[in-house]
Amino acid sequence: MNPAGILAPLVVALPLLGSAIALALGRRPGRQIGISVLVLAAVVVISAVLLVLVDRGGTVVVHVGGWQAPWGIVLVVDRLAALMLLVSALMLLGVLLFAVGQGILDGDRETPVSIFHPTYLVLAAGLFNAFIAGDLFNLYVGFEMLLSASYVLLTLGGTGARIRAGVTYIVVSLVSSVLFFSAIALLYGATGTVTLALLAERVPQLAPDVQLVLGLMLLLGFSVKAAVFPLSFWLPDSYPTAPAPVTAVFAGLLTKVGVYAILRTQTLLFPENPLSVPLLVLALLTMLIGILGALAQADIKRLLSFTLVSHIGYMIFGIALGTPQAIAATIFYVVHHITVQTTLFLCAGLIERVGGTTSLARLGGMLKTAPLVAGLFFVGALNLGGIPPFSGFLGKVALFQAGAELGGPLPFIVIAAGAATSLLTLYALTRAWNMAFWRPRREIEDYESPMLDRLTDDPHDEGTVITKTISPLMIGATTALLALTLSLTVFAGPVFAFAARAAAEIEEPAAYIDAVFPDGAP
Amino acid sequence: MSASLTLVIVMAVMYAAGVYIMLERSLTRVLIGFVLVGNATNLLIFIMSGRPGSSPIITGTARDLSMVDPMPQVLMLTAIVINFGITALLLALIYRSWWLAQLGDEGDNLTDEHATEAPGQNERDFRSSSDDDAAVEASLDEDGEHDDDDEHDDEDGGANVGARDAANTSGRAARPDGGAR
Repeated sequence: MNPAGILAPLVVALPLLGSAIALALGRRPGRQIGISVLVLAAVVVISAVLLVLVDRGGTVVVHVGGWQAPWGIVLVVDRLAALMLLVSALMLLGVLLFAVGQGILDGDRETPVSIFHPTYLVLAAGLFNAFIAGDLFNLYVGFEMLLSASYVLLTLGGTGARIRAGVTYIVVSLVSSVLFFSAIALLYGATGTVTLALLAERVPQLAPDVQLVLGLMLLLGFSVKAAVFPLSFWLPDSYPTAPAPVTAVFAGLLTKVGVYAILRTQTLLFPENPLSVPLLVLALLTMLIGILGALAQADIKRLLSFTLVSHIGYMIFGIALGTPQAIAATIFYVVHHITVQTTLFLCAGLIERVGGTTSLARLGGMLKTAPLVAGLFFVGALNLGGIPPFSGFLGKVALFQAGAELGGPLPFIVIAAGAATSLLTLYALTRAWNMAFWRPRREIEDYESPMLDRLTDDPHDEGTVITKTISPLMIGATTALLALTLSLTVFAGPVFAFAARAAAEIEEPAAYIDAVFPDGAP
Repeated sequence: MSASLTLVIVMAVMYAAGVYIMLERSLTRVLIGFVLVGNATNLLIFIMSGRPGSSPIITGTARDLSMVDPMPQVLMLTAIVINFGITALLLALIYRSWWLAQLGDEGDNLTDEHATEAPGQNERDFRSSSDDDAAVEASLDEDGEHDDDDEHDDEDGGANVGARDAANTSGRAARPDGGAR
């Protein structure tokens, strides 16, 4: 068996195994941390190796258990999947280190944190499984794994606010899962298979109206997860209540799995792009309504959640255009957005630790108390807002170019909206930055220093000590992720070339079918 | 592909009822709605298997036997397991939510039906499993002590009354403790 064939299943198996071990080690937090970090670092290495192997040697296909494709489970790692694997593994590792730094500082060595590491690894396994799934049902199982883990992570600790937010999130996710599963059932009824490669061959042979219904049902199920406009209202209500590292992972990765699923199914199963016009309109509305919501927020986490919804619009725009350039730009934008959004949410976590709150009404003068956090948040904000030369700018320009090349009134309207959204994002984020960091404290009425809460009597001396709120590990993890977003700018050329190759690959369903069925589809 | 009309009707009714119940405010009803909709979807994928025919996997050995398509059943089985797990999680969440609502301090506004009840009324229902255990132990101890006195009385009835009384008192006693959580 070739090395890639062994490595690909490990991406899912290792986190699941690690999760089981971490659960058994519930009373030993130190070892739990060791297991999680080790597993995710291993997955980073494996996905980097897979990326190189796939880029050189073509798509890796694994028939699990030796069962051939239409009947057995098939794992497919093409360039897009390998790229998503690597980026998400890096993000998960970075956020894990941040969470470890925060946990060590709090001295929180008891339950319910003992459940954090196993659940986090299950989330990782579900995420990786969704990326390399070669059939729709395995994609569904991947979704359910990561969603179940996310239900637990979101309600960690079981406080009133988290339960309330969690219930909204869970019920919405359940509805989307039922929609997705019904779509699988109908697809099976229409084509007699759930294997993506076989579906790619059979779906285009169906009657156009049947195709449309199936496409819409899949799109509806995934849109809830990706938070596309009319189905996005659950997101800003549920994400901000979770602990900062959890919110960062959810914001960076969970919505992008939805985008990945839309990208995969729309390009592979519906290559004629019948939903182009509705998707363009949805992209326009998602961008504008999301960012207008962000302008009205007085809390940094809610503000970031709204910008997250808004920027999903850019990716939907690229998928709606459907040309190879647009898909390449979308892939680049997804990578950029995963990294930058995760970093910004981690910055919000740091702000919460330093300032005691994320409410803009009560933050001020933090440039002096936390200059490093100010710098991190500022660079991240400029990047998300699309200031040249950052990767946000490059991704948006690539998308706009693809739209302009296609031409027509609707793409140009969306381009205009996209440019406006970019400026408004910059406005919303710099406003938040000004209020939290730049504004002097005397401008805030009844300002209470968060320092007062942290003063405790020193058990050894007579005086008082200040509890540390941020550890070097938290700063280090955030800085490392920010450095990763900046490296996307520096190495934009190679990354974009890779995205273009990945796009060319998924624009050709025939290549995908050939990889899964080398002897021709049954 | 052909399907049994009964199954289709049952599925449609389950979908309709499930969606209707899911729109209620009470979490327990949302859960019942989810179970109905989830099982309706299982039926949908079962219907998609169609009538039995020749098997797609085993060829040559059982040609004359008509076999049902195994794929939908495999998918259904997985979906049933997933739904089971999520139902368990939701039940735990609902219990936690009810617990918070009973405490009142940081109550959850999703379970409003207890708002109209008198404040003391809920306290009697409010006891944790540890209180129950304590009550059972207390009643067992009592039984041991008053074995001779209770000879003329119905033993089971006496034990039950004792358990209930002890539960009420210890439930009330444990309340400040629970409130501090």
